[in-house]
Amino acid sequence: MSDDESENVGQQFGRLPATDPDREVEGRVSREAVIEFFDDRFGIDPAVFEGYTFWEKGKGKIWIFADDAPSPMAVEGLGMTVLRTRQEHWKPTQSAIQRFGGHATKNVIEIDGEAAATFVRGEDQELDWDGDWGYLIAAHEVGGDREPIGVGLYVYGELRSTVPKGNQESLSPRSAE
Amino acid sequence: MNPLERYAPLIDDYDAFLAACERPLPSVVRVNTIKTDPDRARRALDEEGVDYEPVEWHDDLFRLPDASPGTNWPYFHGWLHGQEEVSAVPALALDPQPGEKVWDSCAAPGSKTTQLSAMMDDRGVVVGNDNNLGRLSSLRHNAERLGVTNLVVTKQDGRNFSLKPFGFDEFDRAIVDAPCSCEGTIRKNPTTLEEWTLEHVHSVAAVQKGILSRAVQATKPGGTVVYSTCTFAPEENEAVIDHVLETENCEVVDFDCPLDSVSGVTEWEGDSYDPSVTNTHRIYPHLNDTGGFYCAKLEVTA
Repeated sequence: MSDDESENVGQQFGRLPATDPDREVEGRVSREAVIEFFDDRFGIDPAVFEGYTFWEKGKGKIWIFADDAPSPMAVEGLGMTVLRTRQEHWKPTQSAIQRFGGHATKNVIEIDGEAAATFVRGEDQELDWDGDWGYLIAAHEVGGDREPIGVGLYVYGELRSTVPKGNQESLSPRSAE
Repeated sequence: MNPLERYAPLIDDYDAFLAACERPLPSVVRVNTIKTDPDRARRALDEEGVDYEPVEWHDDLFRLPDASPGTNWPYFHGWLHGQEEVSAVPALALDPQPGEKVWDSCAAPGSKTTQLSAMMDDRGVVVGNDNNLGRLSSLRHNAERLGVTNLVVTKQDGRNFSLKPFGFDEFDRAIVDAPCSCEGTIRKNPTTLEEWTLEHVHSVAAVQKGILSRAVQATKPGGTVVYSTCTFAPEENEAVIDHVLETENCEVVDFDCPLDSVSGVTEWEGDSYDPSVTNTHRIYPHLNDTGGFYCAKLEVTA
């Protein structure tokens, strides 16, 4: 094994090991752990991620790719960002939640009308929530079905929006609501 | 002198052409079928009171007569992407299939790239390349917003693009939406012709020949390469195709252009081009009320 493969190198992508015992790069999470996270936290069926590969670029930035590729791989992007690890509470990305959050069966907070508009502006708000604190999927009804909006952090009676600055918008509360 | 005057001999109704070039372009969005479908996108626009009109030739495209495409809920969800109507043509000509390996040599900012991913049901691989870091960042942003997972982003010079990182050595298909003099974008950028020079046309044509040659070389025999520009200049269109027909193993194949178009030209300012360029398509702004465009489809022969 070359040096390239034994440590995490910021400018290249390394494929996640299948399980923790397969780990060759210190601190790198496993594919199994990532899939378990989405299952445990949001009830997303592991089958949703069959056929995808998971990669790390930079410490703890996890990407999901629809195909496979040689590892390590020095490119600018490999699929889509999906998760940040290497911090106490793993944080799913807005893109991952918009793409895969529709499969979630728990820790989804439904916010409609003005609450959804507030969330998309990137603003925090006081809301009632009986479930776990931590990262939640914020969702609302649109086009006849529930749709994930993004990731919120629920603590102390408050839903904190984590919509990235570049995605924040001033949208009107939907007229149907 | 208006640079467009040089094309008067090529265009049947030059007055209508000029008049169309002076009108602003309608705002068009493409439905991102990775995240939704046209029916649900229409329902969401209805709920929000945003007007839209169908685009007759493609179910995934809507014209938005009033609204800015970026400020509504379906856009926020990554269901819609602003994309000029005519720029949806090259991906349809390429016709990529789920599971294939496809190269987009000049990908940023990614309207066509993400359209390729959607046509492939986000399976297989789209390699989206560009040589400019700032433009690559808009490609990455758009791909994330639209939920694309089959895109590999690279920063290379397309003229000597290397497949070494990928673990495969040829593509099934390639698309070269080349950097060009952009004359056809005049309706969107009215100042685009102010910087026009014939020298720039010739220098950018040399780059186009280099990238298209590499695309043919990097595609498997029997594979498809689509070449497109948003310019009217034959130096950047038919002359580039004529060059690769001579230097690379490929031939022009006709395709069913969904918009009204006219044939590529075989003669221009004393030069003549391979007769098969008549199977390439020139789309003038007045033909369909779009931007100007050129599109050619090639098959790799050996």
